[in-house]
This record gives sequence, structure tokens and C-alpha cells, in this order.
Amino acid sequence: MVTKEVEAAPGLKTKLSVDNVSMTYKRDGKLTHVLENVNLEVSDGEFVCLLGPSGCGKTTLLNTMAGFLTPTSGTIQVNGEAVRGPDPRRIFVFQERGVFPWLTVEGNIGFGLSKLTKPEREQRIAHYVKMVGLQGFEKSYPAELSGGMKQRLEVARALAVNPDMLFLDEPFGALDSITRLVMRSELLRIWQAERKTIIFVTHDIDEAVQLADRVVVMSARPGTIQQIVPIDIAHPRDISSQHYLELRDGIFKQIGLAHQV
Amino acid sequence: MCMSKMSGSDSIPQRADMQASGGRQKMRHGWSRFVVALRPFLFIALLIVAWDIAVRRQPAHLLPTPWETVGGILDLVRHNLLLKYVVASLFRVTWGFSLAAILAIPLGLAIGWYRRAEMALNPILQILRPISPLAWIPIAILWFGVGDLSAVFLIFVGSFLPLLLTSINAARSVPDVYVNAGRNFGLGPMQLIARIFYPAVMPQLIVGLRITLGVAWLVVVAAEMIAVDSGLGFLIVDARNAGNRYDLVVAGMVIIGLIGFLLDVGMRSLEKVKSFRWSYSED
Repeated sequence: MVTKEVEAAPGLKTKLSVDNVSMTYKRDGKLTHVLENVNLEVSDGEFVCLLGPSGCGKTTLLNTMAGFLTPTSGTIQVNGEAVRGPDPRRIFVFQERGVFPWLTVEGNIGFGLSKLTKPEREQRIAHYVKMVGLQGFEKSYPAELSGGMKQRLEVARALAVNPDMLFLDEPFGALDSITRLVMRSELLRIWQAERKTIIFVTHDIDEAVQLADRVVVMSARPGTIQQIVPIDIAHPRDISSQHYLELRDGIFKQIGLAHQV
Repeated sequence: MCMSKMSGSDSIPQRADMQASGGRQKMRHGWSRFVVALRPFLFIALLIVAWDIAVRRQPAHLLPTPWETVGGILDLVRHNLLLKYVVASLFRVTWGFSLAAILAIPLGLAIGWYRRAEMALNPILQILRPISPLAWIPIAILWFGVGDLSAVFLIFVGSFLPLLLTSINAARSVPDVYVNAGRNFGLGPMQLIARIFYPAVMPQLIVGLRITLGVAWLVVVAAEMIAVDSGLGFLIVDARNAGNRYDLVVAGMVIIGLIGFLLDVGMRSLEKVKSFRWSYSED
């Protein structure tokens, strides 16, 4: 079970590669190692979950991949090109607090589309409004939307610029458990329709096993990759099947938790 | 009951439900809403009656009656002074306040954006802040003499610091997540300012502008009592000095109050602009 798999799934093009990435902060004169020697390859169109306890550096790793942070050492490449900063081809989805409260649903989805002509933009907006099920709310402001709707709005805003990759940082963490389940299947539906490469950060083991092609299990202080677990179950996944439970329990053990409350 | 069960799904936000039921109540209670709207006016009428009775029962005549005050206002209108004084006061406020806004807002936003500048400047701002703008009156007269320029300067001084502090705070409280999202969509520095920074600071700035305009209106009256020979503040001092016309004094006070109220209503209508209102409508 403890195999260190860093290569991408065979036969697919490598989209993202993280090579020997370390990250060190200096806080109050003390060095903190947030990430240590992280190696990971993600292939084109793959759905990868970064899983770990809070404080394990998974969000930091995501931020370095998106170009918001520069690693202390090591390199991150997308399509063989070094990441030098945030890029509209790779959109970061914050929790629902990332939507712009001063813009309507339409305004938010159209935010990254100012280069298109007006009819093209309107068509694109209408398409994504429909895809995330916000019809009838085009002129509404985020304050008038529920948490789940805001989250879908932010995903729509990200997809509208047609990025190759999506980075999602615990996107459903603030939602209630029922909405969270709905959002997971919506995200899978969108992913299957658009085949973006998705890196998804979560601390929820079930969420990771339900969504990902591969689950990257991280350990804390310093953040390292403990294990990479391929989830070889076709979607839609039967979450009471024997294989699902085996995979999930394997990760529970890996993290050092007994599967009993 | 049936309705509430149907709307239990996530896709229907609570606010929409509340608005729908509010609409129904509006139809039913149109008349009682009218009475509620009338209440403040009834209360004012009651106060005026009480004012009248109290003054009449008091032989020393410590205040003019409401009717004498109305007479005073009519007197001002008859001598073409009312409009002239109101315009004079508004003119000074407009200049002093606008100059302060034009200088303080960009400066404050820039200071707030660069956290180090804010840390360096904060102590001196906190020392200057408690100094009443009225303490500048002697210096204003020394620099600009008795006249409009002094009054404008005093209003400028009174508006500048509050606007600067509001702008610093507004810039500081723009969440990083909005700036990062903007950068992620490929915005350059100018676009970040226009499309993220400007809308994000606007609600706080409007509140600051509204409160500061109230301060400016307070300052102009005080400045006119000393530094000029026209305007509503001058009217009050002049009416007392030239023959104890207390009806004109109170008339001046009433007009000052009314115009201050109208200025506030005007600024509040800015808060109602939808794209500015986002921060007020949350929670």
C-alpha cells in the first residue's frame, strides 16, 4: 500500500509537474518548513485531490501551482513551461467568498470575458448560467444568493474563460452537508462535460475518494506527500461498494485514524 | 405550510421568499403603512405645539414662538437674504469639501494600499485628529484674512482628515481574495484599480463622504460666525448683534437643520445605487 507513485497515469500527456518543491516561511525569526521536497505529476484532464489535515501545506501547494506563491526551491511547470504568476488559463476557485459582490451573476460570469465581442460574451454568459443552474438569477447580486449558488457562480466564472486547469481550494467547505453532496455531483458533471484538469484541495476523505482519479495524501509539518492513491472506480461511483470502502479505509489508516467514532 | 415545504430546496434563497411575502403584506396593510409613514410628521407637529405652549406660558420670552420664527423666515425671504445666505454657505461647503475629497481620497487609498506608509503616518494622523477644525480659525484668518477663503480653508481642514482616515481604512479592508481573483483573470495594475479596487472601496467611501459632509456643514456655520459677513452662520450672529432679533436666530437654526437634512438625504441616495450597495445588503 505504501508505494510512492509520482508518474502520471500512463498514456496521457503530462499537464502539470511539480519537481522538488519546498517552501519555507520565516515567522518571528523562526523558520517554518511548510512544504518539503514535493514531487507530483498530473496528466491532462485528470482530477486530483490533495488531501490532508489542516496545516499540512496543501493550500500552500495549490497556491504555488496557481502562481500566487513562489516556492523557496524547486520548479513547477505547466505544459513544460515554468509557472511565473497567475494566468487566466488556470483559474483558482476560492470558497464562495471569491465572487465579486458588486457585480451581478452576469457581471461575475462575464468578468474575464472583456476581450470578446458583446454577442459572443452574452452567449458565453448564458451558456454558463444554464450549466450551473442559475437561470432567473442573471440580474441578482451575490448577497441575494445562497452559499451553494455563490459557489456555483464562482465555478461558472472560472469556466467561462475556458481555462485548461481549475484549482479548487476546499470549495465546498463552508456549505451544509446536503448542498455539498449536490455540488460534488455538479462538479463531476461539469468535469465530465469539459474535461479540465482539476486540482482539488480538501480535508474530507470521503469527498476525495468520491471525486478524484488520484488522491494525494499529505502529512503535516513539514508538508510532504505521504502516498498517492489511484481511485479506479468509474463514475458515477457506488459509495457503498466494497472497493470504495476499501480505498477509503486505506486512506483512513494512512492518515493514522481508526475508522471508528 | 405547503409553500414553505416546496421552497425548502437550496436553489431558492431565503431573501426572495421574504420579498414575496412582504409584497403580499404591502397590499393588505397599505393604509396602516401610510399611517406609519405619517408618524414622524405628526411628532414634529406635536413638538411645535408644545414649543408654542411652553413659550406662551413663560413671561420672560426666552424663545420666539413658532409663528414668530416663520415670520422671521418670511422676513428673510422678503429681503432676498434667505437664498443669498443659503447659496453663500453651500458655496463654501462645496469648495472646501470637494477640495478635501479630491486630495484626501486618492492619498488615503494609496496610503492604505501600502501598509508601511500607513504604519509610518498613523501616529501623526492620530494626533491631528482630535484637534477641532475650529481651533484653526485664528490661523485661517491670519493666512487668508476675513472672507470666503478662510471659511473654505476651515471646511477643508475639517473634511480632510476624516476623509483621509476613511480612505485608508477602505483601502486596507479590500480582501486579498478579490485582488488575487482579479490578477488570476489577467488584469494589469490599471485594470485592477478600475475593476477591483474602485468598486471594493466604494461603499465605505460613500459612508465616509456622507458623515464628513455633515461635519463640513457644522464647520461652515461656525466659520461664518467669525470669518465672513454672509451665510447662515453669519445670519445667526448678526441677528443677535443687530437688535436681538431672536426670531431670525431661530429661523437660521431651522434652515441650517433643514439643509443639513437634505444634504444627508442626497448622500444617502448614493448609497442606494445597486452596485455600491453590496456591502450594506450583506447580513
